[in-house]
Amino acid sequence: MPIVTIDNHTIEVPEGTTILEAARKIGGDIVPPTMCYYSKLKGSGGKCRTCLVKVSQGSAKDPRPMPKLVASCSTPVADGMVVQNITSPEVLEARKAIVEFLLINHPLDCPVCDQAGECDLQNLSYEHGANTERYEEDRREYDKVDIGPNIQLHMNRCILCYRCVYTANQIANSRVHGVLYRGDQAEISTYIQNAIDNEFSGNVIDVCPVGALTDKTFRFKSRVWFLKPMNAHRNCTKCSGKVVVWKFGNEIYRVTARKDQFHEVEEFICNDCRYDHKQPEDWTIEGPAKLSKQSVISQNQYGNLKKPSIILPIEHRTEKQE
Amino acid sequence: MGRKILLENIDKEGIERFDVYRKHGGYTALEKALKLTPDEVTEEVKKSGMRGRGGAGFPTGMKWSFLDKKSNNPRYLICNADESEPGTFKDRYLIEKLPHLLVEGLIISSYALGVNTCYIYVRGEFKYLIGILNKAICEANANKFLGKNILNTGYSLDIHVHSGAGAYICGEETAQIESLEGKRGNPRIKPPFPALKGLYDCPTVVNNVETLAAVVPIISMGGEEYAKIGTGRSTGTKLISASGHINRPGVYEIEMNISVEEFLMSDEYCGGMKNGKPLKAVIAGGSSVPILPAHLILKTANGENRMMTYESLADGGFATGTMLGSGGFIAYDEDSCIVRNTWNLTRFYHHESCGQCSPCREGTGWMERVLHRLENGEGRMHDIDLLTNISKNIEGNTICPLGDAAAWPVASAIRHFRDEFEFHVKNPGIVKNIKHGSLKKYTV
Repeated sequence: MPIVTIDNHTIEVPEGTTILEAARKIGGDIVPPTMCYYSKLKGSGGKCRTCLVKVSQGSAKDPRPMPKLVASCSTPVADGMVVQNITSPEVLEARKAIVEFLLINHPLDCPVCDQAGECDLQNLSYEHGANTERYEEDRREYDKVDIGPNIQLHMNRCILCYRCVYTANQIANSRVHGVLYRGDQAEISTYIQNAIDNEFSGNVIDVCPVGALTDKTFRFKSRVWFLKPMNAHRNCTKCSGKVVVWKFGNEIYRVTARKDQFHEVEEFICNDCRYDHKQPEDWTIEGPAKLSKQSVISQNQYGNLKKPSIILPIEHRTEKQE
Repeated sequence: MGRKILLENIDKEGIERFDVYRKHGGYTALEKALKLTPDEVTEEVKKSGMRGRGGAGFPTGMKWSFLDKKSNNPRYLICNADESEPGTFKDRYLIEKLPHLLVEGLIISSYALGVNTCYIYVRGEFKYLIGILNKAICEANANKFLGKNILNTGYSLDIHVHSGAGAYICGEETAQIESLEGKRGNPRIKPPFPALKGLYDCPTVVNNVETLAAVVPIISMGGEEYAKIGTGRSTGTKLISASGHINRPGVYEIEMNISVEEFLMSDEYCGGMKNGKPLKAVIAGGSSVPILPAHLILKTANGENRMMTYESLADGGFATGTMLGSGGFIAYDEDSCIVRNTWNLTRFYHHESCGQCSPCREGTGWMERVLHRLENGEGRMHDIDLLTNISKNIEGNTICPLGDAAAWPVASAIRHFRDEFEFHVKNPGIVKNIKHGSLKKYTV
């Protein structure tokens, strides 16, 4: 089994593991952020380039460094590989640039966006982004589209991670969801604006890293940080029935799938559980859901917001990181 | 006179027909190759030292040797005729005039690689070439050079012509494979490389039209003999598509041992600058490669003559050098506006970016908008540094080389012609009113 060193942490992983998965096994601050990679979706990853890392030693056999930064989510490890993530200023610089690219066509409408507070892009730009904006031109604009009775697509916010495309294609037999056009005009769309008619279609909302796909039953109902996420379950014939219900007082505002520490859905849930069971008596509450300390939702509930510490020599630190 | 190898018979009447091509020695290389073993053919190509003619300049023999021959899956050869690089038009010329040369090259290459199905991926805009190719394939089939049991050797090959839909990105090999499979033409994430998992997850080689056509002379004259033509590691002849402000634009075959100055000024090739105006800049290898000002394209930074070879053009790295690329030689005279030209190129890359990975999708559009502002006299001084920074951020961070191709022209234009960008910022009134005309009288 290959032994790989990531930011001075050494770990032994099975053959074929990607650098990102190896880093996730080590855990902590050295895990590269991801916007498009999703371990549960086959074929995802490699697109957003936020998980770029530097391979300073290719393998024990061939110790040459890789010429470019590589996407850790799609590069398999080799024995004796040495990877630099947050210890390389080059990687942090590139990541900062990627955040800027992702944001130039993303409307800064967090104050009215339902995803705010649990948005991967928000977290990413908070941790890795620049303080100022250099983009002065117009942003692309689209109309809001309803895909299905309960899902709204707002392409303005989309960062084209393709996660929803993979989800829609992999949980259903027929392919109805895809990308139209090219370049920055590319657009997520369903086949001739059809609805996604599928028992599990609601999961595209959970996998969306930004607020491009939102739950219409929850739109503008409440900010997520005012709600209390509780693990709950019910007997469901279609899915596992293990969900998180978001409560305000005794009222259930919305139901989502449970997410792990990397913001990935643990088990996909069906539309019945998601949209049609919002009465407290429908659910057996297990207890409060675990929230990441970085999450803004955990503010004032589980301790102070922790900003990841960047292990860098002083001269490379920017003002913000100190 | 330079020696012509690929285009030797180009002037013969009716050379696109099988009988005329055969009369001028066509398909003799194939007969010779079929008497050798496939490994011996590959060995000849390796000995020739030929480098891929599509742009990257990777040695063809080496690329072939990477093909996974152990797997039980069928192997495929794809001929990349999706020639869409601005300034490059050699493959179109070659297919139009000498379709049988390509077909013969394809059969020899397929034989060497052990391929039984071969695809020609033709650019969508080149619809008329499909008929020409299909006719050549039919003629070869009828004369037993193609199809089942070629010349009774027991080797069979089918060639299919496939039309793209006009996307530049499908010239990238993995995007081309996706497109051939009937999917959206998005480049794949490498590894795995096509040599291991390409078309339909089978080992695949993708080669440029000119590369495959050049296999024919390599076999007929022998790899070692072919390697003697040219200079150093740039062996053989190269087709150059010359365009811009020159007297004789067109496709020229050069031995890779002449200097840029000779190519530009000699009557055999470009025939000098149009109307005798001085040369301002040259894009030496298709729009993706860095642009160089006149003094750097004619002489290297060390003061040596710059030659039309892979090494000499790349001399000095990107600071003072460029690349041979696909051989799209564009010359600009002193009246050309570099800012406008850069904007035009960036507009192309913005339009052609597939939109899969974020640096290229967003960065190309951003650069285009900033350059558009500069060109229309609405630029600010910090935009110039901003452009350099964006291009640096795109370069190397993308899935496929399109990101690099979009970044290099901008970075090099600013590196070598910064004063012109600054002029655009300082004199918005002048640049606003001049769209296509000369800036010369203002810049002195």
